[in-house]
Amino acid sequence: MVCKRIIPCLDVKDGRTVKGVRFEELRDAGDAVELGARYAREGADELVYLDISATREGRNTFTRLVTEISRRIDIPFTVGGGIASLQDAARLLEAGADKVSINSAALRTPSLIDEIAGHFGNQFVVVAIDAREVDGRWTAATHGGSRLTGRGLFEWAREAEKRGAGEILFTSMDHDGTKAGYPCGTYRKLCGELHIPVIASGGAGTVDHIADVLTEGGADAALAASIFHYGEITIPVLKQALSERGIAIRTI
Amino acid sequence: MIAVVDYEAGNVRSVLHALERIGAGEVRLSADPEILRSADKVILPGVGDASVALESLRRSGLAEVLLSLTRPVLGICVGMQVLCRHTEEGDVDGLGVFDAEVKRFIPDGIKVPHMGWNTVEGKGCALLEGLTDPVFAYYVHSFYAEISPDTAAVSVHGIPFSAILQHGNFSGTQFHPEKSGPAGAKILQNFLSL
Repeated sequence: MVCKRIIPCLDVKDGRTVKGVRFEELRDAGDAVELGARYAREGADELVYLDISATREGRNTFTRLVTEISRRIDIPFTVGGGIASLQDAARLLEAGADKVSINSAALRTPSLIDEIAGHFGNQFVVVAIDAREVDGRWTAATHGGSRLTGRGLFEWAREAEKRGAGEILFTSMDHDGTKAGYPCGTYRKLCGELHIPVIASGGAGTVDHIADVLTEGGADAALAASIFHYGEITIPVLKQALSERGIAIRTI
Repeated sequence: MIAVVDYEAGNVRSVLHALERIGAGEVRLSADPEILRSADKVILPGVGDASVALESLRRSGLAEVLLSLTRPVLGICVGMQVLCRHTEEGDVDGLGVFDAEVKRFIPDGIKVPHMGWNTVEGKGCALLEGLTDPVFAYYVHSFYAEISPDTAAVSVHGIPFSAILQHGNFSGTQFHPEKSGPAGAKILQNFLSL
């Protein structure tokens, strides 16, 4: 049986991880490769690196970093942030990324999904959807949730699957950063409408939250950032707890 | 010398990096028949569409070269599927090394693609030697090789399928050992010591 995946997400700016990562044994917590390697050793199932650089130099630095990650890390990793064209995706594939995550560019130009999947396979394309609930309707948003689009979460996710997305990464902007848990019912509905895996992101504060979204919510994977970076929950403790709840988890 | 077959089958960089990490020695990425014939081990990677990969292997003449090899050959993912008898992907004949049919997963109660870590079970399988159960490996695929006389290890996604195929000097893994952490590194080492 395929295991549920635990995925730490690292934000990278100008080649360095941001957010207050504190690990005493790491000489340099800003070293994105070291930090990823540490998570891999601890049992992370995949990694996501998000480039939040705003400059061209920052993007170039990130591409070099992707090569270094590919050289050092022996688990799959996804890269995202600012991917707006087939060329961007090709550059990151060439650098060694296993998957790319596309978000607002796919909303602007949905055919980008077909294009990248057509060239590099469905498995290479993760479509990330940020959405919030407005008047009872889950609506896709951009710019950190501040700009609503006209697209409904479910119909957009179905279209993304049809166009060739290999996975959907759904973040509820109403829950992100709250540490109050995930909207499990929404994940359950989303999973029921799709055939491809769904990654849950945003809202985890406790082990129970993650367990709930993987069971009640039906999600295939849980992605989190700060709870891991700040050491609030460590991956071995999380995996042990999930395993004790009878959830299929990879142990190392 | 280890040769990694260079053909139109997606990204081979991660395989090269994995070989570098385990200290595999001299590795050459090549489509030169002479290099493939003189290599101690040959790895056939593959990502994407098996029918496209087969078309490329046949057009370039690499198919014939691969079939003539007598030293250990390892096909990975689509690189394994092209060595099977036939694939539903594009409805084309494979190279016929493994006596197995490649079929599409039906998304009936399971997610397709089969993506993520799954357990691999194969008692006595040479590639799994030295690993203790449960062995987890990383998969990304929508097509699978059915269970066959050449099946050396099994995984289950809705139904059981071939995780590892083995026939003569040919081995194949449906999973990606190059992305399967320390267990994957051990599997690659085991192949190199065949």
